Amino acid sequence: MTALQRKLAEARAEGRAALVGYYPAGLPDVDSSVRVIEAMVAGGCDVIEVGLPYSDPTMDGPVIQQASDAALAAGTTPKDVLAVVRATAETGAAALVMSYWNPIEQYGVDAFAADMAAAGGAGVITPDLIPEEAGPWIRASDASGLDRIFLVAPSSTDQRLKLTCDASRGFVYAASLMGVTGTRDKVAATARKLVQRVRGATRDSGLPVCVGLGISNGAQAAEVASYADGVIVGSGFCRRVLDAPDLDTACAQVRDFAAELAEGVRSAAR
Amino acid sequence: MNTNSAHPVPPYLSEGGHYGRFGGRFSPEALVAALDEVAVAWDKAKHDPEFQAELHRLLTEYTGRPSPLTEARNFSEYCNGARILLKREDLNHTGSHKINNVLGQALLTKRMGKTRVIAETGAGQHGVATATACALLGLECVIYMGEEDTRRQALNVARMNMLGAEVVPVTVGSRTLKDAVNEAFRDWVANVDTTHYLLGTVAGPHPFPSMVRDLHYIIGAEARQQVLERTGALPDAVAACVGGGSNAIGIFAAFIPDETVRLYGFEAGGEGIGTGRHAASITGGSVGVFQGARTFVLQDEHGQTVPSHSISAGLDYPAVGPEHAWLADSGRATYAPVTDAEAMEAFRLLCRTEGIIPAIESAHALAGARTIGAELGPDATILVSLSGRGDKDVNTAAAYFGLLGDRGEQDR
Ligand SMILES: Cc1ncc(COP(=O)(O)O)c(C=O)c1O
Repeated sequence: MTALQRKLAEARAEGRAALVGYYPAGLPDVDSSVRVIEAMVAGGCDVIEVGLPYSDPTMDGPVIQQASDAALAAGTTPKDVLAVVRATAETGAAALVMSYWNPIEQYGVDAFAADMAAAGGAGVITPDLIPEEAGPWIRASDASGLDRIFLVAPSSTDQRLKLTCDASRGFVYAASLMGVTGTRDKVAATARKLVQRVRGATRDSGLPVCVGLGISNGAQAAEVASYADGVIVGSGFCRRVLDAPDLDTACAQVRDFAAELAEGVRSAAR
Repeated sequence: MNTNSAHPVPPYLSEGGHYGRFGGRFSPEALVAALDEVAVAWDKAKHDPEFQAELHRLLTEYTGRPSPLTEARNFSEYCNGARILLKREDLNHTGSHKINNVLGQALLTKRMGKTRVIAETGAGQHGVATATACALLGLECVIYMGEEDTRRQALNVARMNMLGAEVVPVTVGSRTLKDAVNEAFRDWVANVDTTHYLLGTVAGPHPFPSMVRDLHYIIGAEARQQVLERTGALPDAVAACVGGGSNAIGIFAAFIPDETVRLYGFEAGGEGIGTGRHAASITGGSVGVFQGARTFVLQDEHGQTVPSHSISAGLDYPAVGPEHAWLADSGRATYAPVTDAEAMEAFRLLCRTEGIIPAIESAHALAGARTIGAELGPDATILVSLSGRGDKDVNTAAAYFGLLGDRGEQDR
């Protein structure tokens, strides 16, 4: 069982959804990003997605674009990302990487999987990789015992939901809406419907489903936690760090925000 | 003349849009349904006589096809005496080959019941062509353009506005063409119910590379017949500039089965491959995944995209369509860089010897023809894709040649 599977099982045993926080390695620098992640875990994140900053993040809205650009400008490399994964795993949270496909392909698919596992990472989320193109990644993640998280969207056909859930391990990432990352005022109505459809596709496997995109406060987290196995939040964390005058303030705000979300997933009516 | 787009699928293209190890679909799952919708709609339209008749009508009445084949007798002297035949895509409505693809996809947009079109543009040629087709067909039109490019190409921004399109300056990333493509994808995923993304070249996820190729096939189909009629034989070589690669694939495709015909793609060598300031993805890049496809990309060792450079905005893109990657890998076509200086020299020569002002993009193909002429000798016949006219480039060229005094410098 991977650390991710353990965390999701523990949350389930507590009768709640897990809290999954996204944060890019290297924002504003590698050491500081570890401190931010420690604050996220201290506030109550069960799972951390360490973002591997990429020059062309087509799935991301302005906040994460800005965060990635800043992390790249600071010189963040894949090796740095793996160092952040190691530090994240040491906090006791499950550590994932979220990465567009090209940086992994350039690193070497097998090497990346092996180094990720060696760093204590539990799995990888690949937002621009669909199972049909994932042959080498499926083999590498199997060989290294990593979870692999593909995405489903409101537009996915039933056939593709099944295909994608069957290819996923750890959880399947349900995009709450048709759009890019970024905070929204309301949880999209499409989210609950999609989770219901995923449940149909995972009836046999029992694969957990976590919901992300647009969740940015405790009430929204509670709403999603009432039907999903995990709640994924990213832009809200990045925004707080980008706006803070210094790292201490950033970490304090990040911890408070994580605590608000953690309270949300615990207060959900299930 | 087989000029309709229902030509045979190339044998090396797989069902999933792979050209050997290149191409495919590296896109978010959220877009897969839309990509499938486009693929199915295109496959139907391509074999539907009614659609083909409508497209054919527009291409003849509106675009002015077939575009002529002009023999460049004077320019030939500067190509070691080789016979130079220019395929005149510059004479199309809106001034380049781009309109071939745009009209087809705009008609397809209507067929799919969508009302809004988005597109990226670099120099503004594809944006102007898209705005034009949307005006004609009554579609809402939004063009994404890097902020940097909106300044470099202010006149084309005005043209798009006059045609009723909204131009959105892209202020993220490097603020150039690749970032405009990213923004268009972001828009598409959020508005896919009403919107078609009218991609402007043979790049991106499947089915764009093959659909855009189909729509430009007419360039080569016409040219092949015109060359045969004019000379009684196939050309020895075909030359085209390669940005994303749409005019090149369009003129190559009809000749790919003709094994005696050499195919040459000329990439933007910028200030020289050695300087790192270029846009030559095949000759100066490496294999990676970028904007939906596996292909040659300008990237660093970590897979981060490296900014491209070219005097020609239309070639200033850090990747290339996957079919070109395949043609390069398989050896069927040869790709070589042409520097800014070589392109501008060819630009000047064509203006002076033939009275034709070419697009600076197309000048890369003309410079390439000079190299081929030197290699193959005076008996060779070289077909050159003159993909566009240079009206849009007059400022850049005048500044380059120092014709504007102090005034032009700021446009460099
Ligand atoms: C005249 C002309 N030729 C060539 C190109 C390059 O595009 P492609 O390589 O897709 O033909 C452009 C792009 O703007 C163009 O305007």
